[in-house]
Amino acid sequence: MRVLALLTVILTGILLFFGTQDMPNWADPNSPASIHVSPRYIEKTLEETATPNVVTSVLADYRSYDTLGETTVIFTAGVACMLILRIRRRRRE
Amino acid sequence: MTRVTDDIIIRAVARVMIPFIQLYALYVIMHGHHSPGGGFQGGVILGASFILYLLTHGLEEAKIRMSEIKAGLFSSFGVLIYSGIGLLCLILGSNYLDYGKLSTILKVVPAQARSLGILGVEIGVGITVMAVMFSVFFDISTGGELPEDEE
Repeated sequence: MRVLALLTVILTGILLFFGTQDMPNWADPNSPASIHVSPRYIEKTLEETATPNVVTSVLADYRSYDTLGETTVIFTAGVACMLILRIRRRRRE
Repeated sequence: MTRVTDDIIIRAVARVMIPFIQLYALYVIMHGHHSPGGGFQGGVILGASFILYLLTHGLEEAKIRMSEIKAGLFSSFGVLIYSGIGLLCLILGSNYLDYGKLSTILKVVPAQARSLGILGVEIGVGITVMAVMFSVFFDISTGGELPEDEE
């Protein structure tokens, strides 16, 4: 069973390495991400959101759902800490 | 368990520094539109100021300023602000978290309404991050042991 698991991991790793061959080069200006949405965000952010900082406008406006999820993750982490660590000691009879 | 320190230097330095740390945290949150920063970073700095107060003034005094119940309420309040702004956009007739329609109640142009919507969202994020930072530190420093129930 362990041998099978090891083989699966190695095979998946080799497949992933083959997959990286098709990925665009680092900082390639012609990669799909750089020619599709990025120029639109950079060009339109000031006129659409009146926010000079593109990072902020992408984070909190264009990708607002993502940030809502992040905030919920942080909130959930806090609640999980409360649930695990807080033990209300009852008075012994 | 954090103990109360009676060192006058530590208490005095903390008392001088905490207002400036909090002011800087508010600056980082409010100035996220123009410079690096925003809700997450500002919230962490604001949480750090409360943690400094807890470290220097002890648990009992810190609970007067920020108790574990308040921290829990604030952490959910921030998420409520965020999703509430999204819901407000939905009520005004646009998509969820599409701040453009906020211009009808804020009486500004849609671009400016988006800017203000971003600011409101960042404030919500900041409140949540601040409260969760403090709450986690509070729980770890007490070992989770709260005072016994009086019944």
